[in-house]
Amino acid sequence: MSRARADEEEYWHSSKFRAFTFDDEDDELSQLKESKRAVNSLRDIVDDDDDDLEKVSWSGEPVGSISWSIKETASSSSSLEGRDTSQQKGSSSYAALPKQVSSYSLSSLFKGRNRLPSLPSLSDAFSDTGVKNYAPELRRPKAEYKDYSNDWSPRDTVRRMQRGKVCSLERFRSLQDKLVLLDEAVAGHDGNVITAVLIFLKRTLRREVLFRELEVRQVALCHLIHFLKETGEQKLLLDLLRFLDRTEEVALSQYREHLNIQDVEKKREFLKGCIGLPFSAEDISHIQDHYTLLERQIIIEANDRHLAMAGQSEIFRKYPRKASILNMPLVTTLFYSCFYHYTEAEGTFSSPTNLKKTFKIPDKQYVLTALAARAKLRAWEDVDALLTTKNWLGYTKKKAPIGFHRVVEILQRNNAPVQVLQEYVRLVEDVETRLNLATKYKCHDVVIDTYRDLKDRIQLMAYKCKVERGSAEEEKINSLLSNMQIRWKN
Amino acid sequence: MAAHLSSGRVNLTALREAGRRELREFLDKCAGSKAIVWDEYLTGPFGLIAQYSLLKEHEVEKMFTLKPGRLPQADVRNIIFFVRPRLELMDIITDNVRREDRGRSPQRDFHILFVPRRSLLCEQWLKEQGVLGSFIHREQYSLDLIPFDGDLLSMESESAFKECYLENDQTSLYHAAKGLMTLQALYGTIPQIFGKGDCARHVANMMIRMKREFPGSQNSIFPVFDTLLLLDRNVDLLTPLATQLTYEGLIDEIYGIQNTYVKLPPEKFAPKKQGEGGKDLPTEPKKLQLNSAEELYAEIRDKNFNAVGSVLSKKAKIISAAFEERHHAKTVGEIKQFVSQLPHMQAARSSLANHTSIAELIKDITTVSCYCIGFYSFPTASEDFFDNLTVEQEFMSGIDTDKVNNYIEDCIAQKHSLIKILRLVCLQSVCNNGLKQKVLDHYKREILQTYGYEHILTLNNLEKAGLLKLQTGGRNNYPTIRKTLRLWMDDVNEQNPNDISYVYSGYAPLSVRLAQLLARPGWRSIEEVLKMLPGPHFEERQQLPTGLQKKRQHGENRVTLVFFLGGVTYAEIAALRFLSQMEDGGTEYVIATTKLINGTTWIKSLMEKLEPAPF
Repeated sequence: MSRARADEEEYWHSSKFRAFTFDDEDDELSQLKESKRAVNSLRDIVDDDDDDLEKVSWSGEPVGSISWSIKETASSSSSLEGRDTSQQKGSSSYAALPKQVSSYSLSSLFKGRNRLPSLPSLSDAFSDTGVKNYAPELRRPKAEYKDYSNDWSPRDTVRRMQRGKVCSLERFRSLQDKLVLLDEAVAGHDGNVITAVLIFLKRTLRREVLFRELEVRQVALCHLIHFLKETGEQKLLLDLLRFLDRTEEVALSQYREHLNIQDVEKKREFLKGCIGLPFSAEDISHIQDHYTLLERQIIIEANDRHLAMAGQSEIFRKYPRKASILNMPLVTTLFYSCFYHYTEAEGTFSSPTNLKKTFKIPDKQYVLTALAARAKLRAWEDVDALLTTKNWLGYTKKKAPIGFHRVVEILQRNNAPVQVLQEYVRLVEDVETRLNLATKYKCHDVVIDTYRDLKDRIQLMAYKCKVERGSAEEEKINSLLSNMQIRWKN
Repeated sequence: MAAHLSSGRVNLTALREAGRRELREFLDKCAGSKAIVWDEYLTGPFGLIAQYSLLKEHEVEKMFTLKPGRLPQADVRNIIFFVRPRLELMDIITDNVRREDRGRSPQRDFHILFVPRRSLLCEQWLKEQGVLGSFIHREQYSLDLIPFDGDLLSMESESAFKECYLENDQTSLYHAAKGLMTLQALYGTIPQIFGKGDCARHVANMMIRMKREFPGSQNSIFPVFDTLLLLDRNVDLLTPLATQLTYEGLIDEIYGIQNTYVKLPPEKFAPKKQGEGGKDLPTEPKKLQLNSAEELYAEIRDKNFNAVGSVLSKKAKIISAAFEERHHAKTVGEIKQFVSQLPHMQAARSSLANHTSIAELIKDITTVSCYCIGFYSFPTASEDFFDNLTVEQEFMSGIDTDKVNNYIEDCIAQKHSLIKILRLVCLQSVCNNGLKQKVLDHYKREILQTYGYEHILTLNNLEKAGLLKLQTGGRNNYPTIRKTLRLWMDDVNEQNPNDISYVYSGYAPLSVRLAQLLARPGWRSIEEVLKMLPGPHFEERQQLPTGLQKKRQHGENRVTLVFFLGGVTYAEIAALRFLSQMEDGGTEYVIATTKLINGTTWIKSLMEKLEPAPF
């Protein structure tokens, strides 16, 4: 298969994937009509052989795969009659029993041991799905399969359960017996069995006793907590966590509940109740904020819905709200307020400055969000004001905590005119970034000035072809190039 | 169909065959015609064991997806539910059974097959709903280790990591141990067991216990595996967080591979045959199976993406040349000869076309050019993928891990996906052995303010799992670990790699480095670092009867089974395959895991499931 390699790379570049678009109707190939016919007949032969070549439907699902067949059999209404074959339960499995030892089956792996004398031994611990399940009669006396035998030790009981058998646990009456049973289950590491024993203990032990015993059995405890979470027994779960003094978990677990509350008023009340919970010091302020935010959103929502319906407010008419602000994250809420309530005084709940103050939103975050909102409305003066700071002497200065390159990006995304864009591109500090942005967004003035400052005559000359013929920019370049005072570096 | 399973050093067809047999046995137990109602999650894993034809042979006439409501009409004798033991699924089954028309005749019998384990909790639940008695057979199908490829086994247990490290539920470890016992029953007792981490210790203990309690397991099969290496995922939390840069890894990162299948946007895949032409471009995703049965894929899957283009170009040339041969075919004999090769050539052509399309799709996203000249590759425009990668690589090489990162802040400000943010923040935390209080608080605040306060629950989970943490004692031991284990290689060769670090273009996955160092020169050389990583490290030996002890042929490679408890990435698999192929490596690897993961699916499994917002 190794052909000349020298020009392979070049080939890849030059031959635009010609290699992959062989066309069956290709002129040249059509000369070989005979071979084509042969190909087709060959295909039939090949396709019939499932084992060699998989059939693939367009969706890529191999024809005959399980997920493909679900669709197929579900859609076609098969006329096949549900027949009962002559096989009877129990004996039916006989035919399917492994006939030769050499053909492995998970269940037959340990067949040999059935003949061991140590029955009912632990030896079948691995045959869960095994022999007896499928053909009990063939393997051993019936009596073995009864659950109600009274003499299983805790150990054997656990083993049997591990094999997927349902055992009655009722005969473990004393606390001592129950705990031995639990310890055996834990030692087996099978969560299924541990949980089953826990269900039994939960039903038959007093709560205090159960909690006390679990406290010294961490593994079992984890399983119970997991189980209570899964089955939604919130009250018992909280009681347990409180008993264990795992206060933070209590708090989080309780807080989690708010996700299930649809009604916002109820949710707000619930969150209010969460504030008093024993969260960690770092978390508590976030929970407090969550509550405050929802409280705000409810007020803003009621107010704005009213405004929008009344049709008096221009902004709501021009830009109808797409969704309610309820349950939105803080930053989204800030954006909303910058969009609809930008000019409001700090005293109102919906004003951006009020939000900023209440939630201690960092400057950077605030500027970014406000900028995005105002740019979307194409309110360029607001953008200008947002980025202008006055020092104590009264001088104004442009400042962007997020960096001017980000400002440019946001403005550009909102289709700001070149004049607006230019002003901020010019303020980008890093020269290379500035040049990149200016070139990309055709802020010719900035490019020209930058090259001039860099004293880069060659680049400036090269740039001339990018500006329009006879434009002011071209003139500017020409006049710079002919300016003898500039000491070009090249 | 399953030829790829027998291609490796260990013939995994036997395992698949065992699974098929067990399935047949169960089906035959429910006499008469059947319909299967599938828990949709299971169809993927089952597809790797059996095809519909097998089910059909055993009188399965209909198959449905499990959903609430009335079961569809089907004139069958048996309705069998194939489900995972989950309470929410039990509720659906209950609904199905309750709505069944009792008056119908003939009556249909119900059965449940739990996969991978029968659950007493679920049965209790069904009992409480009053439907447990409706089921004649309640069985389990222990689909513990599913063969994915000639050297790859997975339990496909998506919540294993969460259960082990968050909920302290070791049930999945129990299944792992059981899976290993099955494997030993088929392929012989594994004489040497090494491990690192708490979960590894547990699994080893369980195996030893199971063996002791079941003397019959002493089988007389000549051992195929020399060594078992059990590795906890939490020993190496770093690797899955980084973006995989192998071909297969990138396909998984971008499109997600599920049970060896990937769904791709259809635009780049033109209709296959002219005969079907005239139709509009397909709108359904294109689904492809990816495994080593496909010759080309087997060759490129584990390469760094930057090395894939040149392989594709070579293949294109070879295939073009092969098709050109037709011009030289003059005699009937020559034509015949050509024609006989056509099916193979056409398969190769369509394989090449598919992978060229996939490579193009990936290139569009990564914007890393796959046009390669010599050893240099030119990453084009520094788009987001590239920025993201740069930050990851800075963290992994130990640059600026102790302060708030600008790029992460920017991404939050632009509301990039939360999972992406979490991946980066966790990566930074792991590479700094925890974040300083100020930095951690800052990230948390930004995340909660931007994505919603309810994510405090997710952050909490990440902290519990150790992915996000506070640096205690002000000591960062990551640099020591990085240097000792040579986790960061500056001079990485993506085209002709000489070290596993090529899979992440510089970063050598810690987990695989541990495996590599175990094989040579042994872990004794890195005792100090092993102590810095969480959990114990250990060695166990399992006695073999004298007759089964291996007399190694000179030059014969050892076979090591590496079991990742808590998940493994495709890049790690690629790195192990690279080690297997090293000429003087001396060790071949087979990989097993609880789940095939990438950073995204992994973080997702740890996130608190939030109800859809009510608006």
